[in-house]
Amino acid sequence: MADLSSTIAGIRSPNPFWLASAPPTDKAYNVVRAFKAGWGGVVWKTLGEDPPVVNVSSRYGAHLDTDRRMIGFNNIELISDRPLAVNLQEIIEVKRDFPDRAMVVSLMARIEEEAWAGLARRIAETGAADGLELNLGCPHGMCERGMGSAIGQVPEMVEQVTRWVKNAVNLPVIVKLTPNITNILWSAEAAKRGGADAVSLINTVNSIVAVDLDAMAPTPVVDGKGSHGGYCGPAVKPIALNMVAEIARNPDTHGLPVSGIGGITTWRDAAEFLALGATNVQVCTAAMTYGFKIVEDMIGGLSNWMDEKGYRTLDELSGRAVRNVVNWNDLNMNFSTKAVIDPALCIDCGRCHIVCEDTSHQAIRIDAGEGRRVFTVVNEECVGCNLCSHVCPVPDCITMVPEQTDLPYVTWPNDARNPMRVPEAAE
Amino acid sequence: MTLIAPLATAPIPAEDDRASPYVDLSPAMTPVQALAESNRCLFCYDAPCIKACPTGIDIPAFIRSIATGNLKGAATTILSENIMGGTCGRVCPTETLCEQSCVRNRAEDRPVAIGRLQRHATDRLIDGEPAHPFPRAAATGKRVAVVGAGPAGLSCAHRLATLGHEVTVFEAKAKSGGLNEYGLAPYKMADDFAQREVAFILGVGGISVEHGRKLGADLSLDSLRADFDAVFLGVGLGSNNRLGIPGEERAGVEDATAFIERVRQAPPGQPPAVGRSVVVIGGGNTAIDAAIQAKRLGAEDVTLVYRRGRAQMGATAWEQELAQTEGVVIKTFAAPSVIGETDITFERTRLTDGKLSGTGETFTLQADMVLKAVGQKLSADALDGLQITGGKIAIDEAYRTTLSKVWAGGDCVATGEDLTVQSVQDGKLAALAIHSHLTA
Repeated sequence: MADLSSTIAGIRSPNPFWLASAPPTDKAYNVVRAFKAGWGGVVWKTLGEDPPVVNVSSRYGAHLDTDRRMIGFNNIELISDRPLAVNLQEIIEVKRDFPDRAMVVSLMARIEEEAWAGLARRIAETGAADGLELNLGCPHGMCERGMGSAIGQVPEMVEQVTRWVKNAVNLPVIVKLTPNITNILWSAEAAKRGGADAVSLINTVNSIVAVDLDAMAPTPVVDGKGSHGGYCGPAVKPIALNMVAEIARNPDTHGLPVSGIGGITTWRDAAEFLALGATNVQVCTAAMTYGFKIVEDMIGGLSNWMDEKGYRTLDELSGRAVRNVVNWNDLNMNFSTKAVIDPALCIDCGRCHIVCEDTSHQAIRIDAGEGRRVFTVVNEECVGCNLCSHVCPVPDCITMVPEQTDLPYVTWPNDARNPMRVPEAAE
Repeated sequence: MTLIAPLATAPIPAEDDRASPYVDLSPAMTPVQALAESNRCLFCYDAPCIKACPTGIDIPAFIRSIATGNLKGAATTILSENIMGGTCGRVCPTETLCEQSCVRNRAEDRPVAIGRLQRHATDRLIDGEPAHPFPRAAATGKRVAVVGAGPAGLSCAHRLATLGHEVTVFEAKAKSGGLNEYGLAPYKMADDFAQREVAFILGVGGISVEHGRKLGADLSLDSLRADFDAVFLGVGLGSNNRLGIPGEERAGVEDATAFIERVRQAPPGQPPAVGRSVVVIGGGNTAIDAAIQAKRLGAEDVTLVYRRGRAQMGATAWEQELAQTEGVVIKTFAAPSVIGETDITFERTRLTDGKLSGTGETFTLQADMVLKAVGQKLSADALDGLQITGGKIAIDEAYRTTLSKVWAGGDCVATGEDLTVQSVQDGKLAALAIHSHLTA
């Protein structure tokens, strides 16, 4: 059976599934329930200097599919609204009762050294924290006070804050990055320069998640008004995967441990983050959608899949897909794949045909069959775009089959069809 | 007049009993059920279900509208093709029409519940909207007579009214709705739905209904042709086939359609009495409806006997199973030979190369009440001048009869199965044909 024990920046946990800094990790009651359910670690909800912040009523908005499945979620909640001493005491008690779990504490402060260093020392003095996570990403509320993403969006500030905290305490420091930037590498590199032991990403995406068409206000609606908030959940996973991969394949940040965050809902999502270089993952929305029990299948599913694939440890898996993440210009222009429709599995919905016909390459033909339609790919027109296979409701009914060609691997810079191609020097 | 009182009567169940024939067989969907079910629709391209619907309702479109919360749009999509979408959502044999062709059957063996979703959408509009969804075109000054206020007649009248014509409907009975009101089992049309739907249809305006007007009595085809610009006949099938066996005039022997009508028209709380032992003869949906009603009205034993096999029955497999679930015993390959004073005797039959013959072997069932459901036929009286072919009014592809200015549709013509949904389609297409003629 695969060994799921995980170590990131020297912080150990029995499995790679942590709860991210968020409402589920706001107090001992929740965290104890999470640890009893099997979560490997938590990042305690962000602590700030006293007096604690005050939150508004009505805090979450949702982006739902027509069947009410959660596509995305956003919030306008601030950091912990409980006194610092109360949080610290609870952190001590929970860590005492669950010594094998990772207890990382998130913190946020004004852009002043003493504010960050003082807060970090208070946390370190508990002796209960396995590490710190710097919240440099909250895109709502706190940024209006010069904190959160107001710091995370300026690489120089990221570096500075990281250095202040590293100098103040002797604990592993994870810098949580905001996706609300132009280039994630600028802030990742800054964190590394500042001495970060790891980065975690992504924090929430700035968003208006929905508009209440009766109130004519963004949701969540606070007395007739709404504000932009932090977007998370399954919809942000692709954004997060790209940013994790960018850091993993960038020479300047390669090797910097990454804690992957962003819409992780299943073990498969987690495996994808790990494959792109994450060392562990953090989860919030899935727990807020289903409760803590979902970690059971995350652990079981990842373990079973690793056994099936022969991965014995997370280290063997982590980063396995990174070398296959390349720039477009490094793709093989001679590769060709064609859709193949299995008539035995086809249920005659016609979706492949109509999307190809209306929006793509008119490459799926309809013939009359016996009491049903027969859909066939016109190979000459099919460009291998995958659209039909994505919209098909039946798994494996439409597969993409690479064509056997004897053509060499040729990238666009070297492709004869490229008008900008630099001709190879004549012999 | 036939003596309809059964020889012995069974105790009648309470009106609000789940087993009462007046309680909805398949209750309306809750919004949560409709949300879940509508999201199962795959929004197929050129969907097989649309082709399977005799009225061609754009089923994926209306179901998507339910899923997006556009219930009014869903109802309008349905009603624009089938103004009796509310009845059809309740009584259509969807298991052999739209739902049979649903692609969800192929991989999951469970179609989207199209019929129930259709009822969900149309109920909301029929019960909840003050304004009729379809406006009328500018008045054409043309007047059309429609004979029969059943599904075909009302469908035709409604479409003509929306096209700007003035319509007068002549109906022999006291209420409009035809078989929706008089011929369908009450558990399919609970809560007076037929009359609510009629009121909705007439809400378009431009339609007046004259009750107690019957062709051959105070109406003639000639006078209608003289007084109106066009005539549509939606007269249905007026008479029942007979068994033609001894004892048919005995007390307690009745046409199933008449029995259903009595059950439908009974005052609240006073359903008709049924026998303790009831035998229903026939294999169509009318036989099933009558048998289930008899059972629900308290009959101890209800036996449905059909002269051919289950596969040859007009009733769908779903209807057959429903009857059995309700406690009806189905016997096949037996034809009635004589009705005795308290019983009925059948001769067993066999089917050889498609030909039915008696085996000589007989059996006898106790029968306080015998309900005959062996088919209906056209009453050809008062249809002078019309060509009748195969027992139906002959029409061309544009629903035109052999008489000028006269069109026909519904069960009195041979366009498809004798179903409500087919009659609605006939009425709609005939209206379009009449409109073309009047505006040519």
